[in-house]
Amino acid sequence: MSYTEATIQLLSPEGSLVESDVTAPYLEKITALSDAQLRDFHRHMVVTRRFDIEAGNLQRQGQLALWIPSLGQEAAQVGSAYAARAQDHIFPAYREHAVGRVRGLDPMRIIELLRGLSHGGWNPADTGNFHLYTLVIGSQALHATGYAMGLTLDEATGTGDPGSDAAVVAYFGDGATSQGDVSEALVFAASYQAPILFFLQNNHWAISVPVERQSRTPLYLRGTGFGIPSVQIDGNDVLASYAVSATFLDEARGGGGPRFIEALTYRMGAHTTSDDPTKYREKEDERFWAERDPIARFESFLRAKGEGDAFFAEVSAEAEDLAADVRTRTLALGLPSTEKMFAVYSDPHPLMDEQRAWLAAYESSLDEVTE
Amino acid sequence: MTTESMTMTKALNEGLRAALAANDRVLLMGEDIGTLGGVFRVTEGLKTEFGENRVLDTPLAESGIVGTAIGLAMRGFRPVCEIQFDGFIYPGFDQITSQLAKLTARNEGNQRFPVVIRVPYGGHIGAVEHHQESPEAYFAHTAGLRVVSPATPHDAYWMIQQAIAGDDPVLFFEPKSRYWPKGDVDRSASDTPLHASRVVRTGTDATLVGHGAMVATLLQAAEIAAEEGTSLEVVDLRSLSPIDYAPILASVQKTGRLVVAQEAPGHVSVGSEIAATIAERAFYSLQAPVLRVSGFDTPFPPAKLESAYLPDADRVLEAVDRALAY
Repeated sequence: MSYTEATIQLLSPEGSLVESDVTAPYLEKITALSDAQLRDFHRHMVVTRRFDIEAGNLQRQGQLALWIPSLGQEAAQVGSAYAARAQDHIFPAYREHAVGRVRGLDPMRIIELLRGLSHGGWNPADTGNFHLYTLVIGSQALHATGYAMGLTLDEATGTGDPGSDAAVVAYFGDGATSQGDVSEALVFAASYQAPILFFLQNNHWAISVPVERQSRTPLYLRGTGFGIPSVQIDGNDVLASYAVSATFLDEARGGGGPRFIEALTYRMGAHTTSDDPTKYREKEDERFWAERDPIARFESFLRAKGEGDAFFAEVSAEAEDLAADVRTRTLALGLPSTEKMFAVYSDPHPLMDEQRAWLAAYESSLDEVTE
Repeated sequence: MTTESMTMTKALNEGLRAALAANDRVLLMGEDIGTLGGVFRVTEGLKTEFGENRVLDTPLAESGIVGTAIGLAMRGFRPVCEIQFDGFIYPGFDQITSQLAKLTARNEGNQRFPVVIRVPYGGHIGAVEHHQESPEAYFAHTAGLRVVSPATPHDAYWMIQQAIAGDDPVLFFEPKSRYWPKGDVDRSASDTPLHASRVVRTGTDATLVGHGAMVATLLQAAEIAAEEGTSLEVVDLRSLSPIDYAPILASVQKTGRLVVAQEAPGHVSVGSEIAATIAERAFYSLQAPVLRVSGFDTPFPPAKLESAYLPDADRVLEAVDRALAY
C-alpha cells in the first residue's frame, strides 16, 4: 500500500530478518540485544494491546467517556520507546499507550483522563520523563523542540557521554504533519540543531481523511526538506523501529542535531470510540494491514528463535492480569474534589480564591437545605 | 538618590538586564531581538552583554516562539518572549491560550510555566494595519494567564522584573506610544505589587480608570477638568488579570461616578468587566451609570483615521460631563 523502495524493514511480514546493505548497520543493533530484551518487546506489545481492548470495552460499558485505541501501532511505539534512554524526554500525542508503558506510566492515569477525572496530571519526573498527552494536534512538537533546545543550552547533550547525554522524542501522526506547529517545530529544531527525534507514526488516517489528502510526497521527505536527516521505516516492524530510533537518538545525543522517522503503520481500530471507520475505508485495506500485524510478525520471529509456548502463555496471562486489574481499579475510581479545578496558577490568585470560597459556601448551603 | 529620568524602552531594557543578571535561567527570545536589539530597541545591547544563549534571535514564527518557550519552561528556564507587534500575536494564540494558559492545571501543579510574553501594543504611532491593536481582552479572558500593562517608565522597570520573577505565565502589554516620553525611575525599590491598581491623581467629583497609554490621556483630561473646576481622580489599572478592585471601589465610594477608558474596542472588553463589577459591588455609591470610553467596534482604521478612533482627553471629558449630568 504505502511502502516505498525507501522503507527500511528488518523483519519481513513472515517474521524473518531482512539482510541487505541498508539493513546491515541496523541489524547490528538487534544482534546486540539480549533474548530478555527481545522478549520484553513482545511483552510490552501484547500487554498494551490487551489493555487497549479492555479500555475500549470499559468505554462501551459506560465507564469511560472515550477511548483512543493504539491497536496496530504497538511495534512503532514499543521499538522507538525502547530506544530512548532513561535521561531522554518523551512528548507523546495521545495514542502512545505503549510508549507510556515502556517509560513506566501507570495506565490508570490514561484511564482517569478518558473517564473525565483529569486532564492528565501525571508528573513526568515520576513517569520516566513521559510528558502529558496533548490533544491539540501537533502542539507538543513545539514543546518537545523547546525542551531539546534547553538540553543544548544546559550542555546536557552532545558531550560524548552516552550515560548522561539526553535527547527528546516527539510523537505525532500523519494528520499532524499538516499543522503549522509541526512545521515550525521542524524549523526551530533545524535552526538550533536541537537533539530531538521526530517520530511520525503514519497510521494512514486522520480520523476519516486519508494520508493521501495530507501530503503529495512521502512524509519523511518533509523532514528532509527542513534539512533534517529523515528515513521511512516499516512501523509494524518492532526491530526496525528500535534499531533506527536507537541509531538516530545516538546521533542526536551526540550533537548531530534533529532526526526524523516516518514509521508506516496502520490504525487498525477506529480513531476513537466515537468514530465509525466503516463509513470511510475499505475492508481490503484493513485486511492488507491485518496481514502485517506487528505482534503476529514478531511472535513468528521469536518462535523461530526458539521461544516456546510457555513464554507466550506467560505473557498472555500477564496481559489478562493487567486487564482485570485495570477493570477493578476503574470501577473503584471516585470523583475528584471540586478544589481541583481552581488549581490554575502557581502563585496566589485572588479571583481563584474568591471563586473557590464561593463554591465551597454554596455547596455547604445546599447541604444545610437537604439536612 | 537613585532616581533617573529615562524612556520606557530604556526602563524595560534596564529591567530586562537586571532580570538576566539576577537569574541565569532567564532568557529572552523573539524576532530581531538579538543583533538588532528589537524593532523598538528594547533589548538593545543585551545579546552582546549576555550572549546568544541568553538572548535568542528566533525564526519568524510566533507559535514557534511561544511553543518552544513552553518546552524551555519545562526544562526549568524562564523565557521572556517578544512578540514584535500586537497584531502579530494571533499566530501564537493557540499556544498561549490552549497550552501555556492551561498547562499548570493540566499538570496539576507538577510543573511551573514562568513564561513572560512582551507585547508592544496600542495606537498613536501612525503605523500600518496590524501594528496598532489592543488585543489584551482576549488574554484577560483566558484563565491561567496574568495580564499587566505599565503606564510609566518606573512601572515598566519594576513590573517586567516582577513578571519574570513570578511562576505563572504573564502577558506583558507595553504601550508603544509611551515608549519614548521620559519619566523618573527609582531603581532603589519597587513600591507596588505587580497586580495592584493605584490612584495616580486624587479627586472628588468622578473617577477615571484606564491602563497603559490611556493613563496619560486620563491625567491630561483631569488637568483640563481641574482648570474648569472639576476634580477627577485617576486610577492606573496596571493589572488587567487579575484586576485589583479595591482602589477603584474606594474611589467610587468617594466620587460616586466612574468612567472607564481604553483604546481597545468596548464590546466584551476589560472596561466592560470593570463596569459590571463596579455596578455589582458599589451600586449604592453610584450617582450615575458607569460609562465606557473605548475604541470603536471596528477593525483598527488606517492611520490617518486613528485620531478619530482612539479616545482622547476630549472624549473622556465628554463622558465625564454625561456622568456628572445625572
